[in-house]
Amino acid sequence: MHMKNMALIVRTVSAWLITLVVVFPLIWLVITAFKTEQQAIAVPPQLFFAPTMESFEEVNLRSDYLHFARNSVITSLVSTVLGLAIAAPAAYSMAFFRTRKTRDILMWMLSTKMMPAVGALVPVYVMAQTAGLLDSLTALIVVFTLSNLPIMVWMLYSGFKDIPGDILEAARMDGANVWGEFLHVIRPLAMGTLASTGLLCLVLAWNEAFWSLNLSSAKAGTLATLIASYSSPEGLFWAKLSAASLMAIAPIVVVGWFSQKQLVQGLTFGAVK
Amino acid sequence: MSFLQLNGVEKMFGNLRAIKGVNLSIEKGEFIVFVGPSGCGKSTLLRMIAGLTEIDGGSLQLDGRDITRLPSSKRDLAMVFQSYALYPHMSVFDNMSFALRLANVDKAVIQQKVQRAAEILNLTQYLQRTPKELSGGQRQRVAIGRAIVRAPKVFLFDEPLSNLDAALRGQTRVEIAKLHRDLGATTIYVTHDQVEAMTLADRVVVLRDGAIEQVGSPLDLYDRPANQFVAQFIGTPQMNVVDTAALPGLDAVVGAGQVPDGFIGVRPENVIVRPAGGGKIPGHVELIESLGADTLIYAQVGASDHGVQLVARQAERTGLRPGDAVGLDIMPASFHLFDRQGRTVGGAGAARAA
Repeated sequence: MHMKNMALIVRTVSAWLITLVVVFPLIWLVITAFKTEQQAIAVPPQLFFAPTMESFEEVNLRSDYLHFARNSVITSLVSTVLGLAIAAPAAYSMAFFRTRKTRDILMWMLSTKMMPAVGALVPVYVMAQTAGLLDSLTALIVVFTLSNLPIMVWMLYSGFKDIPGDILEAARMDGANVWGEFLHVIRPLAMGTLASTGLLCLVLAWNEAFWSLNLSSAKAGTLATLIASYSSPEGLFWAKLSAASLMAIAPIVVVGWFSQKQLVQGLTFGAVK
Repeated sequence: MSFLQLNGVEKMFGNLRAIKGVNLSIEKGEFIVFVGPSGCGKSTLLRMIAGLTEIDGGSLQLDGRDITRLPSSKRDLAMVFQSYALYPHMSVFDNMSFALRLANVDKAVIQQKVQRAAEILNLTQYLQRTPKELSGGQRQRVAIGRAIVRAPKVFLFDEPLSNLDAALRGQTRVEIAKLHRDLGATTIYVTHDQVEAMTLADRVVVLRDGAIEQVGSPLDLYDRPANQFVAQFIGTPQMNVVDTAALPGLDAVVGAGQVPDGFIGVRPENVIVRPAGGGKIPGHVELIESLGADTLIYAQVGASDHGVQLVARQAERTGLRPGDAVGLDIMPASFHLFDRQGRTVGGAGAARAA
């Protein structure tokens, strides 16, 4: 009994400690956002202070938050919807019309995510430049979609595989064409997978910083660009940086909070039922 | 022109010729059973008729129309799957009305048709349940109901009773027979169970290795099998088939000079067991199986080093025990003669029309 309690206590304390370590940067971010610049760079760091909205006001004044936020929303949403539209038929054919090469193709798709994005930076930049698409939402949407496609295909494939093939055959016998099969059988049964895949890729696209910074600036810049603009040669304005960061991540944290069940399901490939 | 016509239908799986030029004519209202051992192609053939598996060669005509290349959704056929394949996210009512809803049939008509089918199948109190709230037998009936509601040109059944326990299987078999009698719909039924074939079919198609061995009414196949394979596939217990060289005294049974080089087949009910001394074939009892209504006597006959076993079936109980000496007789005109290739060449079986 004593040993069991000890083990439980140790586990609980460890869990809390690990959580604290992981969440601490975020907590500090939130705290710093409400400080003045002097308070932000004070040593030793201040935990208790009079909060102020001064940094938020400055960020709003200096740069057009809404403009960047709009770009983030557009690129994330469009790339997710586009990605799902392409990945779903691909996953459908791989799950229900499997051939000897299907596994290989899936592996190859996954392997493209194993290369650091910077490896493709120069070719993609040159292509975007040649197409006149630098600093355009189009370029970002295309790159985000392609980055997330392997993940989407994999997750949808896993989800679709769980649907018994003969239900689809029954639907076919009942008079459903391919679209009918998808609408009436796959969508209801794979709704969880579709939702969690979409949400996960929405979050990934929102957080995408590498391509946003390299392919866009003022016109098509996303919130990642906004944050980066506060790391300037003039120095690091911690308070304003924190405020800008907080404004950048707030929307997606809210979305994530309300859909956490689906997100967990998506991230664990539905293994936790 | 028959209702459903298969002409030289072929199917290749890679290099394997799974269906070899099958020709079959099915009349309207017939109950046809495809029967055969595992891997004979019966399910493949059914799926090709359904359109779920592509036809590689030959043609398929339904009611005068060539449907060889038509997708399943347009063939007006209904299939009852072995695993039932019910839509798990829909209620029983929605499962049964799915096809009609897809066809944009009027709601009132849907209500009436589903209600009628549910009454026939005793499903009315389950209409709002989902499949996972039903037992195996109930799911089976929903699967059948889903097919009935559509009133298709042909019903296709793919081993529908395999997943049921023995008692339920017998019960459902009777229900399917009654259903066919009441609805009179053309039906193709696939099974590996020859009892289902014998009891349900108007005509049975025996398949082996992708080709038709024989087509005929159940009793036709029983009394006049075209070859050894059909003779041994139909009938339980299996027909005794013995090398003619191994059974002495066959001249007296078959007729002098008429014993072929090949095999002789006798059904267990046509083997008579007499006490030692009587009967033309001497032997001794190996095993007795008392089934209640029937008694099976397994007898070893012939020389002990290459003796053969014959099974006899009789309705009366027996006092015989293993080891007892007996004499066996074969009922006159009840045997079948096969050549070395297994073709029927004489005996009762040879009296079938070509």
